[in-house]
Amino acid sequence: MNAATQLRSPAVSTPLPLAIPGAIPGTTDAQIRAQVSDLNFWYGKFQALHGVSMPIHDRQVTAIIGPSGCGKSTLLRCFNRIHDLYLGVRYEGAIELMPDRLNLVGKAVDPILVRLMVGMVFQKPNPFPKSIFENVASGLYVRGIRNKGEVEGRVEHALKQAAIWDEVSDRLKKPAYELSGGQQQRLCIARALAPEPKLLLLDEPTSALDPIATAKIESLIDDLAEQVTIVIVTHNMGQAARISDHTAFMHLGKLVEFGETEQIFTSPQAEQTRDYVTGRYG
Amino acid sequence: MEHTVKAVDDQLNAMTRDLAAMGDLAVAQVRAAIDVFLRHDLTAAAKVVRGDDALDLQDADIERRAVRFIALHQPMADDLRRPIAAMKIAMQLERCGDLAKNIAKRVGRMDAPADADQAEPVAGLGRLAAERLSSVVDAYRASDAQGAYNVWVRDTEIDELHEKVLAGLIEAMARESRALGDFAHLLFIAKNLERIGDHATNIAELVHYQITGADLADRPKL
Repeated sequence: MNAATQLRSPAVSTPLPLAIPGAIPGTTDAQIRAQVSDLNFWYGKFQALHGVSMPIHDRQVTAIIGPSGCGKSTLLRCFNRIHDLYLGVRYEGAIELMPDRLNLVGKAVDPILVRLMVGMVFQKPNPFPKSIFENVASGLYVRGIRNKGEVEGRVEHALKQAAIWDEVSDRLKKPAYELSGGQQQRLCIARALAPEPKLLLLDEPTSALDPIATAKIESLIDDLAEQVTIVIVTHNMGQAARISDHTAFMHLGKLVEFGETEQIFTSPQAEQTRDYVTGRYG
Repeated sequence: MEHTVKAVDDQLNAMTRDLAAMGDLAVAQVRAAIDVFLRHDLTAAAKVVRGDDALDLQDADIERRAVRFIALHQPMADDLRRPIAAMKIAMQLERCGDLAKNIAKRVGRMDAPADADQAEPVAGLGRLAAERLSSVVDAYRASDAQGAYNVWVRDTEIDELHEKVLAGLIEAMARESRALGDFAHLLFIAKNLERIGDHATNIAELVHYQITGADLADRPKL
């Protein structure tokens, strides 16, 4: 189920704040946008994450890599509490959103509020069966933003941010399904950006796309990182190396190594990381 | 651990094997040039000059294979460092070959063989440079970071010996009536040998980087 679908909560009837209460605007590159601290996660009795701790740097791209089943997608989905859709899941530890240290996995924190602050884009483009315009506007409606002029302005801004405005500006009322796969994915990114999230999560966003569409998304991620903090899960190590500033390597639910991407891909410190990035895992 | 794609290990190992063999040839060329110089053997000198072509071809071959490997396999970590280092080491070896060839050519241009008391210190410098080059080729072949470091850290010995040899030649120039042209050739030969020592040190840095991923700090200077 799509995260944005979850945002259609009847409980939300008034505009929600676009900024975290108490947040200090204008953080610098050197700052931490989120801090994962001793995070443990269970699907029922199965523990999928074991004591993960790592920083998420502000307005930079952090890639999470690792073999299938290592927990990278599980970790990513903790950031917007998408696991809460299922019974029997349990979090321990913290993902604190800075600077006010809001614990995104804290029991007292409303997952709907979390998802308004943390946007997500999935492996396969999943536009709603609506028009291009309505897709992007949906997140704004959830926020209670109904003013036509404001909605139009924000939709245009998000489509420009997602580098798809020039391709759709003359057909905003057309069904989103008429777009190509790559365009649909950029539309989904625009949809995630419209509510101005503090974090943007990308779960293998190009694995269903051809090389040209992939290159466009990678270029877009590069541009977006100047405005929003991005966490991406990818199986494509070349992609992680190209677009991320920091990389985390996970194995069996544990964080094996975290560091600057250049270091992880040229001189990894852990033997497991070295074996994985060179293709010797298994 | 073996690579999931067998061709990766096969191609990297073949590149290492062939580059080490190129290193052996470069060492042989340097030693042959020193021998040619000492014996003033013009026939052997011509052979050294011709022998350099093989090093040029091997340098081009290593570069072509490294570029192809990177393009096809998009390697990471030490799999990336190996072809990068191979390209750079091949270039250093090719330069050593050029310097050996230059020494051999200069022997042919000298009016007369150098006197033993002038030739021997120059040859001593050459033997030291060749020994360092040989050691670093061995370190590369054996993936021996400590061996590379040992070559790197002793770079100043060649520089010091070169300074000594130069001082001796300059003294001899002042007191002897021999043609200055021959002395100029001796000075250049000594400089070439010192440069070969520098290339050995450069290779040591590359071998160390390839194995550890870390750069050696600035090397000690005279």
